[in-house]
Amino acid sequence: MLQVENLSVDFRVDSGWIRSVDEVSFALDAQSTLGIVGESGSGKSVTALSILRLHARRNTRMTGRIVFDGEDLLAMPERRLHEMRGRDIAMIFQDPMHSLNPVLTIGDQIGETLRIHQGLNRAAAEKAAAGLLDMVRIPDAKRRVTDFPHQLSGGMRQRVMIAMAIACRPRLLIADEPTTALDVTVQAQILDLLRDLREEIGMAVILISHDLGLVAEFAERVLVMYAGELVEDAPARNIFEAPAHPYSEGLLKAIPSADVDMHRLYAIPGRIPDPGDRPPGCNFAPRCALAQPACSATPPALDTLAPGHRIRCPVRLAAREPAA
Amino acid sequence: MTDATVPPAAARAPLSPGAARRRILMRRLWRHRSFRLGAVILLVIVLMALAAPLLSNGEPTKMNLRARFAPPSADFIFGADNFGRDIFTRVLYGARISLWIGFASAMLAAAGGALVGLASAWYRRLDGVIMRIMDALLAFPAILLAIGINAALGPQVSSVIIALAAAYVPRMARIVRAAALVVRELDYVDAARVSGASAGRIIFRHILPNCLAPLIVSLTFVFAYAILAEAALSFLGIGPPPPQPSWGNIIAEGRDYSVEAWWIMLFPGLAISLAALGTNLLGDGLRDVLDPRLKIEA
Amino acid sequence: MPRLIAFRIAQAIPVMFVVAVLTFLLMHMLPGDPATLIAGDMADQDAIAQVRRDLGLDRPVLAQLWLWITNLAQGDFGKSLMLNQPVAEAVWERLPVTLSLALVAFVITIPVGIVLGVVAAVWRDTWVDSAVMFLALIGVSVPNFWIAILSVILFSVTLGWLPSSGYVPMGTDFWRWLASLIQPATVLALFQIGYLARMTRSAMLDVLDQDYIRTARAKGVSPRKTILKHAFRNTLMQVVTVSGYILSLLIGGSVVIEQIFAMPGIGRLLVQAIMARDYPVVQGTMLMLGFAFVFINIVIDLIYAYVDPRVRYD
Ligand SMILES: Nc1ncnc2c1ncn2[C@@H]1O[C@H](COP(=O)(O)OP(=O)(O)OP(=O)(O)O)[C@@H](O)[C@H]1O
Ligand code: SF4
Ligand SMILES: [Mg+2]
Repeated sequence: MLQVENLSVDFRVDSGWIRSVDEVSFALDAQSTLGIVGESGSGKSVTALSILRLHARRNTRMTGRIVFDGEDLLAMPERRLHEMRGRDIAMIFQDPMHSLNPVLTIGDQIGETLRIHQGLNRAAAEKAAAGLLDMVRIPDAKRRVTDFPHQLSGGMRQRVMIAMAIACRPRLLIADEPTTALDVTVQAQILDLLRDLREEIGMAVILISHDLGLVAEFAERVLVMYAGELVEDAPARNIFEAPAHPYSEGLLKAIPSADVDMHRLYAIPGRIPDPGDRPPGCNFAPRCALAQPACSATPPALDTLAPGHRIRCPVRLAAREPAA
Repeated sequence: MTDATVPPAAARAPLSPGAARRRILMRRLWRHRSFRLGAVILLVIVLMALAAPLLSNGEPTKMNLRARFAPPSADFIFGADNFGRDIFTRVLYGARISLWIGFASAMLAAAGGALVGLASAWYRRLDGVIMRIMDALLAFPAILLAIGINAALGPQVSSVIIALAAAYVPRMARIVRAAALVVRELDYVDAARVSGASAGRIIFRHILPNCLAPLIVSLTFVFAYAILAEAALSFLGIGPPPPQPSWGNIIAEGRDYSVEAWWIMLFPGLAISLAALGTNLLGDGLRDVLDPRLKIEA
Repeated sequence: MPRLIAFRIAQAIPVMFVVAVLTFLLMHMLPGDPATLIAGDMADQDAIAQVRRDLGLDRPVLAQLWLWITNLAQGDFGKSLMLNQPVAEAVWERLPVTLSLALVAFVITIPVGIVLGVVAAVWRDTWVDSAVMFLALIGVSVPNFWIAILSVILFSVTLGWLPSSGYVPMGTDFWRWLASLIQPATVLALFQIGYLARMTRSAMLDVLDQDYIRTARAKGVSPRKTILKHAFRNTLMQVVTVSGYILSLLIGGSVVIEQIFAMPGIGRLLVQAIMARDYPVVQGTMLMLGFAFVFINIVIDLIYAYVDPRVRYD
């Protein structure tokens, strides 16, 4: 259903153009689930926003192809894109506190999606909005439609965002860190809700998070991003049980879990390089325990490790190949 | 009373005395188009004002009855007024007074505003009273306050400066107070307090430098307003008194002849506009670079 | 809402009190003896003493302040020397002129300033933006009394389209009222239009950067609707907060404009009083204007509270 081919995204900054996402390719089947993980700044959000072309055109350059149902979203005229946004592909964002318009009622904001794409009138849209609020398990939905966002808690607002996103039963839902800003118990509820809605509507979901554990649990397939590049693309089970890329390994070790003493919590040493000054060769080399001189010489390619499993690390590839 | 023109200045990176940081700021400023244009315009005006004796006949008050109402020509490039005084010379010398009034009142307003704002932010018990007084003053548009104060002090250069400065102190005080309140809560101020630094030292060494960015930005805009306000006061007859020229009083004197001898009032008006334009451009650049969160001029 | 109104009025009382004290002090920091000034340089000792007694200047300062405040509380703003009339009455008679001028200028400023600011923000970084912002910059840089003179030369003297001076009360003839105001009000508005356009542009850019605008785009709202419905309302909210300030500035600016167009308003009264050293009028006019500004601020705050759901519901 969705094929992303060699997607690169550059932003204009004071000193010129910087590459934020670099030659990313992946595919997604209808009704499937895909996770994207990586530390902050690895390019997850930029990738996700590219699918709906939500970057400011003024200072962004996108190359490659993003094919949805046979149409290239990047080459599509604006008008056609507006039709698809919210109807075929919907998105929810990281920060529910700021993602809703403070001066419009939530009923208006949810209903707007339906008014645009299904031509409902205001009253019908409002009524449908109440139904959607019900669907995302907001109690007393009928009364809530006239509320303003500031009257709701963070978790409730994210439910409103979800209601808005699923209003037209899209075929693809992109959820960019939908739970990061929420506290732990609410996080679990929101993920459960997403899981149930996915079943019910039969939509594909891209779930973005920096928590590999959460993503592996939710998605069938996981992409690991580092410094704008895809470094591993594998079935969730593989990533979780036997991550191949040293960076994925680090992410896995860094997952906080109940039985690990918080003090021994692992963190990958060093930090992600800025888009402006990435190292030559492998981006991860400065932080990688397995790094060899050759790693800093040439940028490694994304190669197939096993069917359906790609990694960007020649060292690991060489080590595993005989065994495979 | 919320003065909506002054958005709360949020925490910002301290303007550290590091020379490197200053150099980076200077480079970013210079790359800013409107800053560059404004700086050049102002510089030219200031240099012309300083070089007035060299550029003109050097006698702004010298009358020449034969040249009464002489239109612009090779001899009088801006023409002459009803007393035959050379307008070009008067505009150049007027620049000295007008720019001085603008500069002095902006600096005085900044100093006064900084003191009041810092006192208000640091001595919390004074805050209520001080801010009520500032609110009361802020209720008045600055020009009206300046008219009132100037009416009391009489028409002299010094009273115009005091009146304009006093009129802009409340705005500056609010800006400084907002910035200081943020800085006050930062760790290193606590650290300084714990280590026994005196209040004065903390305020002037640690807090004030962090309020400088918004202060400098609004100082620039106040300079522009003060030039315009001086002109308005002079026009109303309560500015610097003739015959010494200020941009405002040249226009006031030329007003009666504005139809027949338009040049008398045209050129000083252009000078005011250009000076204010240059200052505003400069201020826009300073704001964008030093304090992007400060949305509107003070 | 009623609670908010009560609260705002309660809050305004100390401010009005301070305004009253400040205007009192203003006239008492006069260099020299006001009684001598008022009675005139030629007056003899008796006349000066008489003036002093009339104005209560022979009493201690605090007693005078007390008298000033208690008189105010009874609606007595002092008595004009040159007009032989209570200050309140003199101001009241001239109020319609100044109010007409300021309000017409306000009605011009708000839509024009907002539209310019929005247009510049929407076409950000294009030539449209540059052109509009350059005009706005000119607006805040050019002295309005100077433009007023030029405008009179062009529209009144040369073209003869508009009256060059005077004021026609609305009751006399609405159209002539408007004609007498259109030129002064437009000139008066120029600065505020520039100010508002600059402020609206930056507010709008700020709003366009917000997450909820991205949300709107993500659900397929057209660019036009995104701007008109989602961004514009939030921008207006910020414009409301400065509109009181703009109205105050317009009233302040009318002092100068009334001089040029010979309009018998409060500003004219104030300047005449300053020239005639009619200090009670200066004092009383300043004070009444101060009260008016406090009142405007309250009204704006209440409007804001009404239009912003975040405040309305708390
Ligand atoms: N509009 C922009 N202009 C310039 N640089 C940008 C822009 N948006 C993102 N970037 C840069 O692109 C890189 C990737 O950012 P992105 O938001 O995709 O990270 P992320 O993986 O989503 O991280 P997080 O977990 O913090 O959301 C970052 O270095 C960021 O600074
Ligand atoms: S290529 Fe080298 S540096 Fe990069 S991840 Fe593999 S081993 Fe580490
Ligand atoms: Mg992100």
